[in-house]
Amino acid sequence: MNGARIPILKVGRVLIVPIQVDMDDQTVIHLQERILSELERTGARGVLIDISLLEMVDSFIGRMLSDIAAMARIMDARTVVVGMQPAVAITLVELGLELKGVDTVLNVDEGFKLLRGEFDTDEEEEEQAYWGFGALGKQDHRS
Amino acid sequence: MESRTIVLEQAHDIAVARNEVRQLAAVLGFSLIDQTRLATVASELARNVVKYAGRGRLIAQPTSSPDGRQALRLIFEDRGPGIPDIEAAMRDGFSTGRGLGKGLPGSKRLVDEFKIESEVGRGTRVTVTRWR
Repeated sequence: MNGARIPILKVGRVLIVPIQVDMDDQTVIHLQERILSELERTGARGVLIDISLLEMVDSFIGRMLSDIAAMARIMDARTVVVGMQPAVAITLVELGLELKGVDTVLNVDEGFKLLRGEFDTDEEEEEQAYWGFGALGKQDHRS
Repeated sequence: MESRTIVLEQAHDIAVARNEVRQLAAVLGFSLIDQTRLATVASELARNVVKYAGRGRLIAQPTSSPDGRQALRLIFEDRGPGIPDIEAAMRDGFSTGRGLGKGLPGSKRLVDEFKIESEVGRGTRVTVTRWR
């Protein structure tokens, strides 16, 4: 878990970040930096962060999500967070976190739809490529 | 069930603390939402210890009432600089660090009981309890 490496996949003009493990603070900071440098390197227009396997979002991770969205916007990219577990959503609200500037949707399909509205993209190609990667999470995001 | 003590020294210990607390809460039969609340509180308060005091510890103490109701009590202790103005620290949005100022007031909303004792130059102890 320490220094766990979260994959960043580029599909079409979207960066997909499936967070599948609990992240310590160092990993969170490192991930933020990597997403920004991938945005610069690839010229992607959207960032889709899949947190469906994340069992907890505290103020540190919440702040990272807000910061990524703000920084990505400056780099002309939109960020969408998908798959937040209900228990995580309840806890976030009680904690008083608003995830400012972050769009949240229920699943990856909705995330693609939202990003698709932002720029022209070949939807079939993107979605097939995403599912083609296979083992991205134990859950079926389409359910 | 016995108490568990977790040393809080490095950033990584924050992740250890929240995972231990979640597991303990699960064993004690807390609901998924309560497990998430307790893990989140552990993460917030353990981070405060590491960030402001440098080191300290978390004691996770299963407890129960005379009528058999279960609870999990978390005690965060450090010998750090202490909090000069607890009232201000408990206000939403107040932060002396680079945080969001949600740590203390947010944590209080996630538990049933919340107690904070602090003495400048001596340290801080935060005790939280969630009943099942």
